[in-house]
Amino acid sequence: MKRCLPFVIVGVVALATIGSGAMLYRAKRPQVVSIPESQMLQKGDTVSAHVRGNPDAPVTLEEYGDFQCPPCGMFAAFLGQLEKEYDSRLRVVFRNFPLKVHEHAREAALAAEAAGVQGHFWEMHDVLYREQEAWSKAPNVRELFESYAGTIGLDLDKFKKDMDGDKTRERVEADRQRGESLGIQTTPTLFINNQPLNQEHKNPEGIRAEINAALAKKPQA
Amino acid sequence: MTVSRFRTIIYIAAALVSLAGLADATYLTVQALTGETLGCGGSPDCFKVLGSSYARIAGIPVASLGVLAYFSVFTFATFAVFGYIRARIFLILTIGAMFLGTLWLLYVQAFLLHAYCRYCLFSAATTFLLAGLAIALPPGPDRSVS
Repeated sequence: MKRCLPFVIVGVVALATIGSGAMLYRAKRPQVVSIPESQMLQKGDTVSAHVRGNPDAPVTLEEYGDFQCPPCGMFAAFLGQLEKEYDSRLRVVFRNFPLKVHEHAREAALAAEAAGVQGHFWEMHDVLYREQEAWSKAPNVRELFESYAGTIGLDLDKFKKDMDGDKTRERVEADRQRGESLGIQTTPTLFINNQPLNQEHKNPEGIRAEINAALAKKPQA
Repeated sequence: MTVSRFRTIIYIAAALVSLAGLADATYLTVQALTGETLGCGGSPDCFKVLGSSYARIAGIPVASLGVLAYFSVFTFATFAVFGYIRARIFLILTIGAMFLGTLWLLYVQAFLLHAYCRYCLFSAATTFLLAGLAIALPPGPDRSVS
Protein backbone atom coordinates (compact mmCIF):
# COMPACT_ATOMS: atom_id res chain seq x y z
CA MET A 1 0.00 0.00 0.00
CA LYS A 2 2.78 2.42 0.94
CA ARG A 3 4.42 1.85 -2.45
CA CYS A 4 1.24 3.04 -4.18
CA LEU A 5 0.71 6.11 -1.99
CA PRO A 6 2.96 8.58 -3.90
CA PHE A 7 1.25 7.57 -7.15
CA VAL A 8 -2.15 8.13 -5.56
CA ILE A 9 -1.14 11.54 -4.17
CA VAL A 10 0.30 12.69 -7.50
CA GLY A 11 -2.73 11.35 -9.36
CA VAL A 12 -5.14 13.17 -7.07
CA VAL A 13 -3.25 16.45 -7.51
CA ALA A 14 -3.17 15.97 -11.29
CA LEU A 15 -6.92 15.38 -11.40
CA ALA A 16 -7.59 18.31 -9.08
CA THR A 17 -5.46 20.59 -11.29
CA ILE A 18 -7.16 19.50 -14.50
CA GLY A 19 -10.60 19.71 -12.88
CA SER A 20 -10.13 23.14 -11.35
CA GLY A 21 -8.51 24.41 -14.56
CA ALA A 22 -11.46 23.18 -16.61
CA MET A 23 -13.97 24.72 -14.21
CA LEU A 24 -12.09 28.04 -14.23
CA TYR A 25 -11.95 27.95 -18.02
CA ARG A 26 -15.70 27.41 -18.25
CA ALA A 27 -16.33 30.26 -15.82
CA LYS A 28 -13.97 32.70 -17.50
CA ARG A 29 -14.64 31.80 -21.13
CA PRO A 30 -16.24 34.77 -22.85
CA GLN A 31 -19.86 34.09 -23.70
CA VAL A 32 -20.25 36.68 -26.41
CA VAL A 33 -23.20 35.96 -28.65
CA SER A 34 -23.82 36.90 -32.28
CA ILE A 35 -25.57 40.21 -32.86
CA PRO A 36 -29.29 39.40 -33.15
CA GLU A 37 -31.08 40.42 -36.33
CA SER A 38 -33.08 43.08 -34.48
CA GLN A 39 -29.85 44.82 -33.45
CA MET A 40 -27.95 44.50 -36.74
CA LEU A 41 -26.83 47.75 -38.26
CA GLN A 42 -28.75 48.50 -41.42
CA LYS A 43 -27.06 49.55 -44.64
CA GLY A 44 -26.49 53.29 -44.77
CA ASP A 45 -27.31 53.76 -41.08
CA THR A 46 -24.79 56.24 -39.75
CA VAL A 47 -27.03 57.65 -37.04
CA SER A 48 -27.38 54.83 -34.52
CA ALA A 49 -23.65 53.98 -34.67
CA HIS A 50 -20.38 55.53 -35.75
CA VAL A 51 -19.56 54.09 -39.15
CA ARG A 52 -16.48 54.59 -41.30
CA GLY A 53 -15.95 53.27 -44.81
CA ASN A 54 -18.12 52.12 -47.67
CA PRO A 55 -21.73 51.72 -46.43
CA ASP A 56 -22.21 48.91 -49.00
CA ALA A 57 -19.06 47.04 -48.01
CA PRO A 58 -19.49 43.25 -47.89
CA VAL A 59 -17.72 43.06 -44.53
CA THR A 60 -18.59 45.01 -41.39
CA LEU A 61 -16.17 45.02 -38.51
CA GLU A 62 -17.89 46.19 -35.35
CA GLU A 63 -15.75 47.08 -32.37
CA TYR A 64 -16.74 47.57 -28.75
CA GLY A 65 -13.89 49.65 -27.44
CA ASP A 66 -12.63 51.56 -24.44
CA PHE A 67 -10.51 54.60 -25.19
CA GLN A 68 -8.27 54.02 -22.18
CA CYS A 69 -7.67 50.35 -22.91
CA PRO A 70 -4.13 49.84 -24.28
CA PRO A 71 -5.01 46.81 -26.44
CA CYS A 72 -7.81 48.93 -27.98
CA GLY A 73 -5.17 51.57 -28.71
CA MET A 74 -2.99 48.98 -30.41
CA PHE A 75 -5.98 47.70 -32.31
CA ALA A 76 -6.84 51.24 -33.47
CA ALA A 77 -3.41 51.51 -35.12
CA PHE A 78 -3.93 48.13 -36.80
CA LEU A 79 -7.45 49.12 -37.84
CA GLY A 80 -5.97 51.92 -39.95
CA GLN A 81 -3.89 49.34 -41.82
CA LEU A 82 -6.91 47.09 -42.32
CA GLU A 83 -8.98 49.94 -43.73
CA LYS A 84 -6.24 50.68 -46.26
CA GLU A 85 -5.82 47.01 -47.17
CA TYR A 86 -9.50 46.23 -47.65
CA ASP A 87 -10.56 49.72 -48.77
CA SER A 88 -14.17 49.65 -50.05
CA ARG A 89 -14.66 46.03 -48.97
CA LEU A 90 -14.62 46.95 -45.28
CA ARG A 91 -16.98 49.03 -43.17
CA VAL A 92 -15.96 49.80 -39.59
CA VAL A 93 -18.37 50.43 -36.73
CA PHE A 94 -17.35 51.69 -33.29
CA ARG A 95 -19.36 51.38 -30.11
CA ASN A 96 -18.40 52.60 -26.66
CA PHE A 97 -17.72 50.13 -23.91
CA PRO A 98 -15.89 52.12 -21.21
CA LEU A 99 -14.69 49.79 -18.47
CA LYS A 100 -14.98 50.77 -14.82
CA VAL A 101 -11.35 49.80 -14.17
CA HIS A 102 -10.22 52.71 -16.34
CA GLU A 103 -10.51 56.01 -14.53
CA HIS A 104 -10.97 58.27 -17.56
CA ALA A 105 -12.54 55.87 -20.05
CA ARG A 106 -16.06 57.16 -19.60
CA GLU A 107 -15.00 60.79 -19.97
CA ALA A 108 -13.07 59.90 -23.10
CA ALA A 109 -16.17 58.21 -24.52
CA LEU A 110 -18.16 61.35 -23.74
CA ALA A 111 -15.51 63.48 -25.47
CA ALA A 112 -15.70 61.30 -28.57
CA GLU A 113 -19.49 61.48 -28.58
CA ALA A 114 -19.41 65.25 -28.06
CA ALA A 115 -17.11 65.50 -31.08
CA GLY A 116 -19.56 63.25 -32.92
CA VAL A 117 -22.34 65.78 -32.34
CA GLN A 118 -20.30 68.15 -34.52
CA GLY A 119 -19.62 65.38 -37.05
CA HIS A 120 -16.04 64.70 -35.96
CA PHE A 121 -16.35 61.48 -34.01
CA TRP A 122 -13.67 59.60 -35.94
CA GLU A 123 -11.17 62.44 -35.74
CA MET A 124 -11.57 62.46 -31.95
CA HIS A 125 -11.49 58.64 -31.89
CA ASP A 126 -8.14 58.70 -33.69
CA VAL A 127 -6.68 61.46 -31.49
CA LEU A 128 -7.81 59.77 -28.25
CA TYR A 129 -6.14 56.51 -29.21
CA ARG A 130 -3.03 58.20 -30.58
CA GLU A 131 -2.62 60.27 -27.41
CA GLN A 132 -3.86 57.55 -25.05
CA GLU A 133 -0.69 57.34 -23.03
CA ALA A 134 -0.61 61.12 -22.49
CA TRP A 135 -4.15 61.60 -21.19
CA SER A 136 -4.55 58.27 -19.40
CA LYS A 137 -2.30 59.43 -16.58
CA ALA A 138 -3.21 63.11 -16.66
CA PRO A 139 -4.86 64.52 -13.52
CA ASN A 140 -7.16 66.79 -15.51
CA VAL A 141 -8.22 65.02 -18.67
CA ARG A 142 -10.86 67.59 -19.52
CA GLU A 143 -8.22 70.17 -20.40
CA LEU A 144 -6.50 67.71 -22.70
CA PHE A 145 -9.74 66.65 -24.37
CA GLU A 146 -10.59 70.29 -24.95
CA SER A 147 -7.19 70.88 -26.48
CA TYR A 148 -7.77 67.90 -28.81
CA ALA A 149 -11.17 69.36 -29.70
CA GLY A 150 -9.45 72.62 -30.57
CA THR A 151 -6.86 70.80 -32.69
CA ILE A 152 -9.52 69.09 -34.80
CA GLY A 153 -11.38 72.36 -35.24
CA LEU A 154 -14.44 71.91 -33.06
CA ASP A 155 -16.58 74.65 -31.61
CA LEU A 156 -15.15 74.54 -28.08
CA ASP A 157 -18.14 75.96 -26.23
CA LYS A 158 -20.46 73.49 -27.89
CA PHE A 159 -18.02 70.66 -27.25
CA LYS A 160 -17.87 71.46 -23.52
CA LYS A 161 -21.66 71.70 -23.34
CA ASP A 162 -22.15 68.45 -25.23
CA MET A 163 -19.67 66.59 -23.06
CA ASP A 164 -21.95 67.26 -20.10
CA GLY A 165 -25.13 66.82 -22.10
CA ASP A 166 -27.72 64.09 -21.65
CA LYS A 167 -27.59 63.10 -25.31
CA THR A 168 -23.94 62.05 -25.23
CA ARG A 169 -24.32 60.32 -21.88
CA GLU A 170 -27.35 58.39 -23.09
CA ARG A 171 -25.52 57.33 -26.23
CA VAL A 172 -22.53 55.99 -24.29
CA GLU A 173 -24.88 54.20 -21.91
CA ALA A 174 -26.91 52.74 -24.79
CA ASP A 175 -23.73 51.32 -26.34
CA ARG A 176 -22.67 49.85 -23.01
CA GLN A 177 -26.03 48.23 -22.41
CA ARG A 178 -26.05 46.84 -25.93
CA GLY A 179 -22.59 45.40 -25.34
CA GLU A 180 -23.62 43.88 -22.02
CA SER A 181 -26.67 42.29 -23.64
CA LEU A 182 -24.27 40.57 -26.05
CA GLY A 183 -22.22 39.23 -23.15
CA ILE A 184 -19.24 41.51 -23.61
CA GLN A 185 -16.86 41.76 -20.66
CA THR A 186 -13.56 42.76 -22.22
CA THR A 187 -12.33 45.23 -24.79
CA PRO A 188 -11.71 45.28 -27.64
CA THR A 189 -14.51 42.88 -28.57
CA LEU A 190 -14.91 42.51 -32.29
CA PHE A 191 -17.69 41.26 -34.52
CA ILE A 192 -17.25 40.48 -38.18
CA ASN A 193 -20.55 40.54 -40.05
CA ASN A 194 -22.35 40.28 -36.71
CA GLN A 195 -20.45 37.19 -35.59
CA PRO A 196 -18.10 37.47 -32.58
CA LEU A 197 -14.43 37.06 -33.43
CA ASN A 198 -12.96 33.77 -32.27
CA GLN A 199 -10.65 34.22 -29.27
CA GLU A 200 -7.88 32.35 -31.11
CA HIS A 201 -8.20 34.89 -33.93
CA LYS A 202 -7.62 37.89 -31.70
CA ASN A 203 -4.42 38.81 -33.53
CA PRO A 204 -3.65 40.53 -36.87
CA GLU A 205 -3.42 37.28 -38.86
CA GLY A 206 -6.57 35.90 -37.26
CA ILE A 207 -8.57 39.07 -37.94
CA ARG A 208 -7.43 39.08 -41.58
CA ALA A 209 -8.35 35.41 -41.88
CA GLU A 210 -11.86 36.06 -40.56
CA ILE A 211 -12.34 39.07 -42.86
CA ASN A 212 -11.17 36.99 -45.82
CA ALA A 213 -13.54 34.20 -44.85
CA ALA A 214 -16.40 36.71 -44.64
CA LEU A 215 -15.41 38.11 -48.04
CA ALA A 216 -15.37 34.62 -49.51
CA LYS A 217 -18.95 34.15 -48.33
CA LYS A 218 -20.00 37.54 -49.78
CA PRO A 219 -17.75 38.19 -52.79
CA GLN A 220 -19.78 41.06 -54.24
CA ALA A 221 -18.06 44.39 -53.44
CA MET B 1 14.24 3.15 2.60
CA THR B 2 13.31 6.00 4.95
CA VAL B 3 14.46 9.57 4.59
CA SER B 4 15.90 11.69 7.40
CA ARG B 5 13.42 13.93 9.21
CA PHE B 6 15.08 17.16 8.02
CA ARG B 7 15.03 16.06 4.39
CA THR B 8 11.44 14.90 4.72
CA ILE B 9 10.42 18.32 6.03
CA ILE B 10 12.17 19.99 3.09
CA TYR B 11 10.51 17.69 0.55
CA ILE B 12 7.09 18.25 2.09
CA ALA B 13 7.68 22.01 2.15
CA ALA B 14 8.75 21.88 -1.52
CA ALA B 15 5.62 19.91 -2.40
CA LEU B 16 3.38 22.43 -0.61
CA VAL B 17 5.14 25.45 -2.14
CA SER B 18 4.88 23.86 -5.58
CA LEU B 19 1.12 23.47 -5.06
CA ALA B 20 0.86 27.25 -4.57
CA GLY B 21 2.88 27.76 -7.77
CA LEU B 22 0.72 25.20 -9.56
CA ALA B 23 -2.46 27.07 -8.64
CA ASP B 24 -0.96 30.37 -9.83
CA ALA B 25 0.31 28.89 -13.11
CA THR B 26 -3.03 27.14 -13.75
CA TYR B 27 -4.86 30.45 -13.29
CA LEU B 28 -2.50 32.20 -15.71
CA THR B 29 -2.84 29.39 -18.26
CA VAL B 30 -6.62 29.65 -18.14
CA GLN B 31 -6.35 33.41 -18.61
CA ALA B 32 -4.15 32.88 -21.67
CA LEU B 33 -6.50 30.25 -23.12
CA THR B 34 -9.63 32.36 -22.69
CA GLY B 35 -7.92 35.31 -24.36
CA GLU B 36 -8.43 37.49 -21.30
CA THR B 37 -4.80 38.59 -21.44
CA LEU B 38 -5.28 39.99 -24.94
CA GLY B 39 -7.74 42.65 -23.88
CA CYS B 40 -8.86 44.88 -21.03
CA GLY B 41 -11.39 43.85 -18.45
CA GLY B 42 -9.36 41.34 -16.50
CA SER B 43 -6.29 42.43 -14.57
CA PRO B 44 -5.30 45.81 -16.04
CA ASP B 45 -1.76 45.69 -14.66
CA CYS B 46 -1.05 42.25 -16.10
CA PHE B 47 -2.12 42.59 -19.70
CA LYS B 48 1.16 44.30 -20.66
CA VAL B 49 3.13 41.27 -19.49
CA LEU B 50 0.70 38.46 -20.25
CA GLY B 51 -0.39 39.93 -23.55
CA SER B 52 3.18 40.41 -24.77
CA SER B 53 4.99 38.21 -27.25
CA TYR B 54 7.21 36.98 -24.39
CA ALA B 55 4.22 35.31 -22.75
CA ARG B 56 4.11 32.64 -25.46
CA ILE B 57 6.70 30.32 -26.98
CA ALA B 58 5.70 29.02 -30.40
CA GLY B 59 2.10 29.85 -29.55
CA ILE B 60 2.18 27.97 -26.26
CA PRO B 61 1.50 30.07 -23.15
CA VAL B 62 4.61 30.22 -20.92
CA ALA B 63 2.22 29.76 -17.98
CA SER B 64 1.39 26.26 -19.20
CA LEU B 65 5.10 25.41 -19.01
CA GLY B 66 4.87 26.68 -15.44
CA VAL B 67 2.02 24.23 -14.75
CA LEU B 68 4.20 21.42 -16.05
CA ALA B 69 7.20 22.58 -14.04
CA TYR B 70 5.35 22.98 -10.73
CA PHE B 71 3.57 19.69 -11.20
CA SER B 72 6.95 18.03 -11.84
CA VAL B 73 8.34 19.57 -8.65
CA PHE B 74 5.32 18.33 -6.69
CA THR B 75 5.72 14.84 -8.17
CA PHE B 76 9.47 14.59 -7.51
CA ALA B 77 9.14 16.03 -4.00
CA THR B 78 6.36 13.55 -3.17
CA PHE B 79 8.37 10.61 -4.47
CA ALA B 80 11.44 11.85 -2.61
CA VAL B 81 9.45 11.80 0.66
CA PHE B 82 8.76 8.14 0.02
CA GLY B 83 12.44 7.40 -0.49
CA TYR B 84 12.76 7.28 -4.27
CA ILE B 85 16.45 8.18 -4.63
CA ARG B 86 16.34 9.47 -8.21
CA ALA B 87 13.44 11.80 -7.40
CA ARG B 88 15.84 14.00 -5.44
CA ILE B 89 18.10 14.52 -8.47
CA PHE B 90 15.18 15.27 -10.78
CA LEU B 91 13.77 17.65 -8.17
CA ILE B 92 16.99 19.65 -7.99
CA LEU B 93 17.40 19.73 -11.78
CA THR B 94 13.82 20.89 -12.31
CA ILE B 95 14.10 23.62 -9.69
CA GLY B 96 17.40 24.73 -11.24
CA ALA B 97 15.80 25.04 -14.68
CA MET B 98 12.84 26.92 -13.20
CA PHE B 99 15.18 29.29 -11.38
CA LEU B 100 16.95 30.18 -14.63
CA GLY B 101 13.63 30.57 -16.44
CA THR B 102 12.37 32.85 -13.66
CA LEU B 103 15.48 35.05 -13.90
CA TRP B 104 14.82 35.46 -17.63
CA LEU B 105 11.14 36.32 -17.05
CA LEU B 106 12.04 38.88 -14.38
CA TYR B 107 14.56 40.44 -16.78
CA VAL B 108 11.85 40.64 -19.47
CA GLN B 109 9.45 42.36 -17.07
CA ALA B 110 12.01 44.78 -15.65
CA PHE B 111 14.02 45.73 -18.72
CA LEU B 112 12.07 44.84 -21.84
CA LEU B 113 8.44 45.41 -20.91
CA HIS B 114 8.91 47.82 -17.98
CA ALA B 115 5.83 46.30 -16.37
CA TYR B 116 5.19 43.74 -13.67
CA CYS B 117 2.38 41.27 -13.32
CA ARG B 118 1.62 40.37 -9.71
CA TYR B 119 0.82 36.76 -10.63
CA CYS B 120 4.20 36.44 -12.36
CA LEU B 121 5.92 37.97 -9.33
CA PHE B 122 4.14 35.48 -7.09
CA SER B 123 5.40 32.67 -9.32
CA ALA B 124 8.93 34.11 -9.15
CA ALA B 125 8.73 34.23 -5.35
CA THR B 126 7.53 30.62 -5.30
CA THR B 127 10.43 29.50 -7.48
CA PHE B 128 12.95 31.38 -5.33
CA LEU B 129 11.50 29.68 -2.27
CA LEU B 130 11.85 26.30 -3.98
CA ALA B 131 15.44 27.17 -4.91
CA GLY B 132 16.09 28.05 -1.27
CA LEU B 133 14.68 24.69 -0.16
CA ALA B 134 16.81 22.87 -2.76
CA ILE B 135 19.93 24.65 -1.46
CA ALA B 136 18.98 23.74 2.11
CA LEU B 137 18.96 20.04 1.21
CA PRO B 138 22.04 18.39 2.70
CA PRO B 139 24.41 17.11 0.01
CA GLY B 140 24.60 13.43 -0.77
CA PRO B 141 21.92 10.85 -1.41
CA ASP B 142 19.00 10.30 0.95
CA ARG B 143 19.85 7.93 3.77
CA SER B 144 17.91 5.86 6.18
CA VAL B 145 17.37 7.35 9.66
CA SER B 146 17.62 4.14 11.60
